[in-house]
Amino acid sequence: MVPDAEFTSYYGRPVLKAAPWSTDIPAYLFLGGVAGGSSLLAAGADLTNRPSLRRVARLGALTGITLSFGALVHDLGKPSRFVNMLRVAKLTSPMSTGTWILTAYGPGAGLAGGAEIATLLGGTGLLPRWTRPLARLLDALARPAGIGAAVLGSAVASYTAVLLSDTATPSWHEAHRELPFVFVGSAASASGGLGLLGASLADSGPARRLAVTGALVELAAEHRMEQSLGLAAEPLREGVAGKFMRASKILTGCGALLALAARRSRLASAASGAALLAGSACTRFGIFEAGQASARDPKYTIVPQRERVEARRRADAAKLRP
Amino acid sequence: MSDQRHGPVDPASAAGWTDNQPRKGFFTDTSICIGCKACEVACKEWNGVPEDGLNLLGSSYDNTGALGASTWRHVAFIEQPANTAVSSAGPVSLGMPSSVLPGAGSDGESRTDFRWLMSSDVCKHCTSAACLDVCPTGSLFRTEFGTVVVQEDICNGCGYCVPACPFGVIDRRIGEQGTKNVGIAQKCTLCYDRLGAGQTPACAQACPTESIQYGDLDELRDRAHGRVEQLHAAGVPQARLYLDDPADGIGGGGALFLLLDEPEVYGLPPDPVATTRDLPQMWKNAGMAALGLLAAAAAAFAGGRR
Amino acid sequence: MAECHPVGFQWVMEAKARGAKVIHIDPRFTRTSAVADTHVPLRAGSDIAFLGGIVNYILTNEKYFKEYVLAYTNAATLLREDFVDVDELDGVFSGYDPQTGTYDTESWRYEGQDDIAAAGQRDAPKSQSESEESQGARGAGHELGGHGAAMDHSHVIRDDTLQHPRTVFQVLKRHYARYTPELVQEVCGVPPELFEQVCEAVTANSGRERTTAWVYSVGWTHHTVGVQYIRGSAIIQLLLGNIGRPGGGILALRGHASIQGSTDIPTLFNLLPGYLPMPKVDQHDTLDDYLQTVSSKQQKGFWTAADTYMVSLLKSYWGDAATEENDFAFDYLPKLTGDHGTYQTVMDMLEDKVEGYFLLGQNPAVGSAHGKMQRLGMAHLKWLVVRDLNMIESATFWKDSPEIETGELATTDIATEVFFFPAASHVEKDGTFTQTQRVLQWHHKAVEPPGDCRSELHFFYHLGRKLRERLAESTLERDRPLQDLTWDYPVDKMGDPSAEAVLAEINGKHLTGEKANQPLSSYTEMKADGSTSGGCWIYTGVYADGVNQSARRKPGREQNWVAPEWGWAWPANRRTLYNRASADPDGKPWSERKAYVWWDADQHKWTGHDIPDFVVDKAPSYRPEPGTPGPEGLAGDDPFIMQADGKAWLFAPAGLLDGPLPSHYEPHESPVSNPLYRQQANPTRQVFRRPDNFSNPSGGEPGVELYPYVFTTYRLTEHHTAGGMSRWLPYLAELQPEFFCEISPELARERKLEHLGWATIITARTAIEARVMVTDRVVPLRVGGRVIHQIGLPYHWGVGGSALTKGDSANDLFGVTLDPNVHIQESKVASCDIQPGRRPTGPALIAFVAAHRARAGITIQTGNEQRTPPSVGDDDHDNRGEQPGAGR
Ligand SMILES: Nc1nc2c(c(=O)[nH]1)N[C@H]1C(S)=C(S)[C@@H](COP(=O)(O)OP(=O)(O)OC[C@H]3O[C@@H](n4cnc5c(=O)[nH]c(N)nc54)[C@H](O)[C@@H]3O)O[C@H]1N2
Ligand SMILES: Nc1nc2c(c(=O)[nH]1)N[C@H]1C(S)=C(S)[C@@H](COP(=O)(O)OP(=O)(O)OC[C@H]3O[C@@H](n4cnc5c(=O)[nH]c(N)nc54)[C@H](O)[C@@H]3O)O[C@H]1N2
Ligand code: SF4
Ligand code: SF4
Ligand code: SF4
Ligand code: SF4
Ligand code: SF4
Ligand SMILES: [Mo]
Repeated sequence: MVPDAEFTSYYGRPVLKAAPWSTDIPAYLFLGGVAGGSSLLAAGADLTNRPSLRRVARLGALTGITLSFGALVHDLGKPSRFVNMLRVAKLTSPMSTGTWILTAYGPGAGLAGGAEIATLLGGTGLLPRWTRPLARLLDALARPAGIGAAVLGSAVASYTAVLLSDTATPSWHEAHRELPFVFVGSAASASGGLGLLGASLADSGPARRLAVTGALVELAAEHRMEQSLGLAAEPLREGVAGKFMRASKILTGCGALLALAARRSRLASAASGAALLAGSACTRFGIFEAGQASARDPKYTIVPQRERVEARRRADAAKLRP
Repeated sequence: MSDQRHGPVDPASAAGWTDNQPRKGFFTDTSICIGCKACEVACKEWNGVPEDGLNLLGSSYDNTGALGASTWRHVAFIEQPANTAVSSAGPVSLGMPSSVLPGAGSDGESRTDFRWLMSSDVCKHCTSAACLDVCPTGSLFRTEFGTVVVQEDICNGCGYCVPACPFGVIDRRIGEQGTKNVGIAQKCTLCYDRLGAGQTPACAQACPTESIQYGDLDELRDRAHGRVEQLHAAGVPQARLYLDDPADGIGGGGALFLLLDEPEVYGLPPDPVATTRDLPQMWKNAGMAALGLLAAAAAAFAGGRR
Repeated sequence: MAECHPVGFQWVMEAKARGAKVIHIDPRFTRTSAVADTHVPLRAGSDIAFLGGIVNYILTNEKYFKEYVLAYTNAATLLREDFVDVDELDGVFSGYDPQTGTYDTESWRYEGQDDIAAAGQRDAPKSQSESEESQGARGAGHELGGHGAAMDHSHVIRDDTLQHPRTVFQVLKRHYARYTPELVQEVCGVPPELFEQVCEAVTANSGRERTTAWVYSVGWTHHTVGVQYIRGSAIIQLLLGNIGRPGGGILALRGHASIQGSTDIPTLFNLLPGYLPMPKVDQHDTLDDYLQTVSSKQQKGFWTAADTYMVSLLKSYWGDAATEENDFAFDYLPKLTGDHGTYQTVMDMLEDKVEGYFLLGQNPAVGSAHGKMQRLGMAHLKWLVVRDLNMIESATFWKDSPEIETGELATTDIATEVFFFPAASHVEKDGTFTQTQRVLQWHHKAVEPPGDCRSELHFFYHLGRKLRERLAESTLERDRPLQDLTWDYPVDKMGDPSAEAVLAEINGKHLTGEKANQPLSSYTEMKADGSTSGGCWIYTGVYADGVNQSARRKPGREQNWVAPEWGWAWPANRRTLYNRASADPDGKPWSERKAYVWWDADQHKWTGHDIPDFVVDKAPSYRPEPGTPGPEGLAGDDPFIMQADGKAWLFAPAGLLDGPLPSHYEPHESPVSNPLYRQQANPTRQVFRRPDNFSNPSGGEPGVELYPYVFTTYRLTEHHTAGGMSRWLPYLAELQPEFFCEISPELARERKLEHLGWATIITARTAIEARVMVTDRVVPLRVGGRVIHQIGLPYHWGVGGSALTKGDSANDLFGVTLDPNVHIQESKVASCDIQPGRRPTGPALIAFVAAHRARAGITIQTGNEQRTPPSVGDDDHDNRGEQPGAGR
């Protein structure tokens, strides 16, 4: 436990401004993770011929990215504001970089997902005849598009960590070393979970392995993060964020165990998949809320900074000593 | 992003200006601020910033609270016992009146131990400005004067600059539909329009005591150092400069402050760092994580050939 | 000063940066205290004891500037034998009449000056028996604007050794001997060490090489002894040689932008322009009668030329209609029949003696003491004209005043017809501001007024024009003054009269001779024969050579440090008055460092940085024949050229109604008993014993413990006075959005008041509510062995419907009690009770206040005795209203 910090502030008011973001943003983080991971699974399933996994992953990626895009646009207010971001490309702005990653990723994931829908609809015979050449074209493009999406998907899953870390928000910024791993872990477990939820038992092996690996990476990275965050870890344990994080750990841990244990049960696999998905969502909401809380309480800004200043002062004083 | 720790940088040249002006900025000498708030009002008048709420905050004479989208100048008021020693962080004080302060005795004898600090805060126009760095639209830009300005017609209201600022300066304006620039990020422009016309910013112009001094930053920095020495000689050992060091976490401020207590007492961060200083490291980690994900996925498929 | 004059305060900060020491004497720790070197918290209303303590320190420690005091003040002058000081008479000076609560000031005069009536006397109605009303009608000191009163004497008896027991110097010494550091602590609550620190600083920084300035504003004037506060600092400044010298002086910070201008060319009932008194009925039947009371032809100095000022004024009013034959139309002037001050007028309204009222840039429903009386009074009017920038409470009282809520007023019952005229603000019209240094500065119209907004000049010009048109055919004698008035200002296409033409008229011009129609260049050119006109003699020269001198804006760096070419100062563009005192009796500067004006023997004239305030070629060695009157009577070392004896008055032998020397009295309402003598408060203060004007018990009176706290009212930088110019503006209203009371943490504990919670503050008049601001800036004081808590109340809020922020008005807490000299209300200090929580509303509020009053046993006599203990018959003559509560 970090001892109660003594510090001075201005009427207890925050030094920093919390991000002016609502639940759209953690949802966006989660859905982006699901999409990115799913594109990886989809491409793998496509290449290794696991149609049910391919289908659910491609659809998952499409849905994930669409909803996530929707969340972003909802946060911005109107779609043109998204387009507005494409007027520049700035490596110093994770949001700009992310926008370009999304822009590059979106079509591939969309194409692959679209092909899957076309196939589904084609199977029902609902599509008019004239669309058939189109569907065939889609089908042909789906694999390269899917592979592209898979490569970019890993970026989609990880860049969001930088998006959060590249702020002055203490619990996000201080986590910048571990957060990408937490996020890709979370993406892997969520997308694996989705695979477990939707694919046949026969096809779901890679999803299971990805989910379990992801869960382990997430939990390990989270643990490390909490160790290295110092005072800024406190918000992860308290309040709403704490509830989310505890839920996340239980869901992810149990989900992973269940996934391992329930190799033969479709139902149990689905349940583990759902748990992992929920766990991943909780991680994103938890980390989001923890960051916001850390920005709102001046303690998390002032105490570590004050310690840095004091340490420097001591070091300077030591240098002066004969 | 350049690492400003390797020496002073002229941000306007770094931003590509070739015909740039000497860097302009503020030196705010809080030791002569009288808390009249003329700066707050002048800023709002000149820039058409809307009213920001009629709330009695109970924090001494400060009913403004903090910088924000509709407050580009904020005068802080701190009532405290005079600490004649150069202090480090004091005990927990939320600035509320407490009964243990000097002057609380039953006579006025100890009253001289009491201080009322006032300080006018503003955007720091950081040399290494996180808000500008993270802006995805290019709405925030570096002017030829070395200042940091939002272009309200370009800002898309993403709000990313808001948590990026290590001082909590910039914010997205909230308000009823129809309010000027609602949803858009807003902060001090260092009166870009006035500077362009060779004029002094409105706040500095209005300040009766010259607590807010505007000018060429290099000259202001010298003046600030001179003033601290003067105050030390005059028996005010608490006087110190804030953001004057180009080697600090934001590469030095475009607005410098002379404070009479630790920065946090005024609501300022004691050791601000531009978050983008760590961005290369962040991208590296994210890249590794992404590769890891790719690898894990590959392994997942490789691991269990059926 | 930082709070209310922040722009002027920059010069204090600059002086501080150059090493000046700033001492702030104020009950509260304010923004001024924050940057001052020393803050001295003292009990509101106790400054005379503090200042008297400094006088005592100076005299006992021989710190006075001997040469200056001897040569330039009346220290050596002998007083009459029958003058008796307050200590011997238990708190009153000789001449006090307990029946009327007034002084016969005869015994305060100089030795040898006993034949003719003195100025303090000259206004006393001769026929009427003295009553409170006639007492209120007096006010001679004010009418002479501090220029010294008329005194039939240009020759005095001196003892230059200062040893004679009846010299002013010795009287002063005896008078202040009791004002020890211990007494200062007992009265003011200022610890001796702190007090000594101030004494040392002030005296160390005075003398030949250095000067100290005293700066005051309404913290010193809004008292029943306000005039005596200023006199107190005058004595200090004269003893230390700080008058007429650069860096010295007593600086009155003014209020509204041109409040100085509005006493020079007054909006006051008892003054004409240039501090000429208003004539009075019965006393001033002819111009000659009048002039004789303005100044005696037998006195020294420049007031002896009052006839030229007055005749020129009458010529400027009535032009050709003012002739030698008709006494220059002196009879056209209205003459005073009594007190027509603002508070008397309100009481007259309540008695339906007043039909109509013009409010031009004033919001008495909020800004005047006893707000309820103001509002109820206005409800008695037939008509009310309000010209203002905003729909202020004084214009809307008939629908949203607190009395509507309590049921004391009902909209349907109010017959007052209210006319609201939107006014142009100062940036929307041309004109001058006269600031505290008497400098007139011209402001040009920057923008056209919006909509129907018009300037005062526009309004009055056209009102006058229309009235004259209506009366053009009248043959009634009483309409002659209006018919004959000169009313010929050029107007522009908007119908706006030229402000510059008004300025030219004020400056005055030659009417006949070869210079006819040329502007006067100095008031010394004015004649009493009708050949000159001029609207305000002290302003003559502002339009010299036909140039608007007030519009000059030469930057400081392009002229000398006195900056004579910035604007124009009255009189004669002189920046420091009585500056002959900056040189020694021989005409040499007291020190090189402080050189200001001096005698140039080679050129045989006075010269220097400023315009010398002296007859320019009168040598320092000049001595008139004893008894020579007028300017010729001034000796070469008589710097105080407006004074009847050419000297500055440590002791005021005339002109004041409440004493020749400041003496400490408690405020009208005080929980503390006067430790100096039994006399509790100023024995000549104007009290109004009326059932709508109860006072809290004071000093030793029973019930005093029910109003145990002292409160004071003041301004916040963020607001302006009654709020008309700030509570309607979002950028100002948001900075101080709510009415609050400032209290110490100790009082908060004692009365269970919570920071940001509500408090109810109670006086005998009413109860108001305010948010609580607990702050260490307010300290409890140890006064006379007990702890006194003070409560601070900004007075900017009022109850109404139209402002952005509203709240109870601090002024509703006050009653009406006035200083006798200038009729100013005591609005800086009174007593009260404070309780946690909000006040009752509606009729319950009235019952609540009455119950509190009853517990204290308050009657209309309570607190209103002028003499303590009351002498027999003191209060027999007034109207006694119903007496709630339990007897006396
Ligand atoms: N911002 C702002 N500026 C203004 C105005 C405004 O309303 N707002 N009003 C203008 C006007 S009209 C005027 S007249 C001037 C007035 O200017 P000031 O006189 O400076 O104004 P106040 O705040 O009313 O009173 C000054 C101080 O007197 C203190 N005081 C009260 N009682 C006593 C006492 O007995 N002794 C001493 N020593 N101090 C006492 C109060 O605590 C207060 O701090 O300001 C002008 N300037
Ligand atoms: N308790 C307490 N009471 C006080 C005082 C105090 O210290 N304590 N101070 C006293 C003092 S010093 C003063 S000066 C009074 C002030 O009291 P008031 O004079 O009653 O109040 P203000 O709000 O100053 O009123 C001025 C009005 O003029 C309007 N105005 C501004 N410019 C113009 C113009 O060009 N033309 C016209 N027609 N109107 C204009 C403004 O909108 C405003 O409503 O309060 C006095 N009352
Ligand atoms: S203070 Fe904040 S808003 Fe201002 S330039 Fe620096 S980072 Fe940007
Ligand atoms: S809110 Fe506007 S200024 Fe801020 S980062 Fe987004 S686009 Fe840039
Ligand atoms: S520089 Fe201009 S925009 Fe910035 S605080 Fe000052 S007045 Fe406002
Ligand atoms: S204008 Fe100047 S003195 Fe007034 S509050 Fe602002 S910085 Fe302080
Ligand atoms: S309001 Fe006008 S007069 Fe008052 S301080 Fe400001 S500038 Fe000076
Ligand atoms: Mo005033």
